[in-house]
Amino acid sequence: MLWVDKYRPKTLDKVLVHQDIAQNLKKLVTEQDCPHLLFYGPSGSGKKTLIMALLRQLFGASADKVKVENKNWKVDAGSRTIDVELTTLSSTHHVELSPSDAGFQDRYVVQEIIKEMAKNRPIDTKGKKGFKVLVLNEVDKLSREAQHSLRRTMEKYSSSCRLILCCNSSSKVTEAIRSRCLNMRISAPTEGENFCDTKVRRQLFQPMSMYIVKVLEFIGKKEGLQLPSGFADRIAQQSNRSLRRAILSFETCRVQQYPFTTNQPIPPMDWEEYVSEIASSIFKEQSPKRLFEVRGKLYELLINCIPPEIILKRLLYELLKKLDSELKHETSHWAAYYEHRLRLGQKAIFHLEAFVAKFMSIYKGFLIETFG
Amino acid sequence: MAPVLQSSQPWVEKYRPKQVKDVAHQDEVVRVLTNTLETTNCPHMLFYGPPGTGKTTTALAIAHQLYGPELYKSRVLELNASDDRGINVVRTKIKNFAAVAVGTVRHGSGYPCPPYKIIILDEADSMTEDAQNALRRTMETYSKVTRFFFICNYISRIIEPLASRCAKFRFKPLTEEIMTTRILYICKEEGLNLDSEALSTLSCISQGDLRRAITYLQGAARLFGSSISSKDLISVSGVIPEDVVQALFSACKSGNFDTADKEVKNVIAEGYSVSQMLSQLYDVIVESDDISDEQKARICKKIAEADKCLIDGADEYLQLLGVASNTMCAISNMPSFGS
Ligand SMILES: Nc1ncnc2c1ncn2[C@@H]1O[C@H](COP(=O)(O)OP(=O)(O)OP(=O)(O)O)[C@@H](O)[C@H]1O
Ligand SMILES: [Mg+2]
Repeated sequence: MLWVDKYRPKTLDKVLVHQDIAQNLKKLVTEQDCPHLLFYGPSGSGKKTLIMALLRQLFGASADKVKVENKNWKVDAGSRTIDVELTTLSSTHHVELSPSDAGFQDRYVVQEIIKEMAKNRPIDTKGKKGFKVLVLNEVDKLSREAQHSLRRTMEKYSSSCRLILCCNSSSKVTEAIRSRCLNMRISAPTEGENFCDTKVRRQLFQPMSMYIVKVLEFIGKKEGLQLPSGFADRIAQQSNRSLRRAILSFETCRVQQYPFTTNQPIPPMDWEEYVSEIASSIFKEQSPKRLFEVRGKLYELLINCIPPEIILKRLLYELLKKLDSELKHETSHWAAYYEHRLRLGQKAIFHLEAFVAKFMSIYKGFLIETFG
Repeated sequence: MAPVLQSSQPWVEKYRPKQVKDVAHQDEVVRVLTNTLETTNCPHMLFYGPPGTGKTTTALAIAHQLYGPELYKSRVLELNASDDRGINVVRTKIKNFAAVAVGTVRHGSGYPCPPYKIIILDEADSMTEDAQNALRRTMETYSKVTRFFFICNYISRIIEPLASRCAKFRFKPLTEEIMTTRILYICKEEGLNLDSEALSTLSCISQGDLRRAITYLQGAARLFGSSISSKDLISVSGVIPEDVVQALFSACKSGNFDTADKEVKNVIAEGYSVSQMLSQLYDVIVESDDISDEQKARICKKIAEADKCLIDGADEYLQLLGVASNTMCAISNMPSFGS
């Protein structure tokens, strides 16, 4: 088992990061009448862990006995029937699914499947709780229609069913849904107390109960590893405040070389290396020929299932590193512009390429102006 | 000792008024419907207004009061956005229900039981125009035996021919006063203690949406016990603390792109909602004394654009960075990019 799974705390009392929130969740469910919950925050911040621990708090060990199923539904859509296929994860008390996986048919998932699930009371009446829980992942990816369809279901069946919604960007969840939930913001844990930023942040934002470094040290101890000083700090720093990522690269380091040495390289993600190469090749030459080469590389990334907006953001990050102030403003403007177009359009590669072309022209213009 | 049967309903449902007369602040519609209860006369109705102002509540309450629990099932059809309401459903399910003739008034049940049925189309603004058009005929043909209640947030999404057949009622956002009364009532029932500052904070952050106010109140009550402060309420509401907004604003004023970028990254890592940030930043900008009107206009225009992009599903980091960069350019009188 990977460390990220092995060391996922099972109960609210055992969580290391967000202890304050975990304790709050415990209080929330002491009574039967807890409201629907919306968990939001950046990826790798620990939302899922908290949700799973919460289910366990509600339903005891039986919440752990989950089965994974690939289910097929036939949905009657008036003139035709639509086949919907979804993976569900369920125990006797809860069902977890990602309705947005159904793509543009997500509305039917909400109208037919989720409503049906919400209507039915839990089978096991001996259980402590009179309601069951539906965990819906990635609600920010649901279409508007699907989100609208959820509204009344959340009210109508609230005596038999609670929804736990989970997403990265709460801006994409409609006001109507947010107003029907208690919103739980899950921030990314900070790197560690040795980071100068953290001190500033602690004054600005709410105090963190635990840092990434602490979690790494905890795992290191459990695995019986010797950590040279500063090693955990370096991993934390490269993690971009993603706990998942930090643990993954910690484990990779362990596989690559043990005992650890102080300046042992921490391998970056392959695809990030690749984007960094793309950035350098753009800086070296701005021409149709180079654009063509870059296009091939971007395509390669897309084929490997790196989401286009992630590629674009990383590319922006690499470009910004080497630009002077005025170009930074301009470049970030166009990055936002093309990412928006990418959302509205169909083929991601067009918009990624358009951004690169735009940047090349801006940069070339700048070079000519400065150096003639 | 007999166990106390705990309600498993969240407070919003628990405190949903069961009778039309208990609906707060919507006097006009309450008056008309109270009248209906006596005369049993009722036109087609259209309720519109922002979330959490009592539209669904009112429609359900009148339906229950007219028919009582026994007849309710056979006389009332409630369809909302969670039901498929495409053109096919309008032509079949709705039409069939509308067409059924109903018996005359039954005496003795204690309810008025008027000789028509009610079809409630909640969240009607999410119906397609085609489906709405298909409804026109049904409405006319069966108007003797069926009344329609349309409910929506945006009246502009209801086609004119439907809207013009209805008595229209606008549900106003609840005033601070009404909100307070209602909240105090719940506090009394639940044994909670709110000081006056917390009360006004709650009214303020829920912006006339009573559902939100109740949800926040319940959240805060569970998390912080029976004495709730203004700070507790803010922490469950998703409102961004003022110093976080100020930090971003000063980063924009610093004139240093990297400083702003770092602050934007922080906001994202902290998980704050960017659309919420935009609306709070907007307030700060508008009220700021040291920015000229022209600069404010430039900044606000960009905020509006970013808000739209977010609705389209654009990335939160890139949009906020765009706004921060533009704000910086505007404040230091540098040209903006695009448009
Ligand atoms: N005018 C009101 N008087 C008393 N309670 C209200 C009123 N408006 C809202 N509430 C409370 O808020 C909750 C939600 O109200 P309701 O479902 O009627 O909102 P709505 O107007 O239909 O909103 P939406 O547009 O989001 O569907 C109710 O359960 C009730 O507790
Ligand atoms: Mg409603």
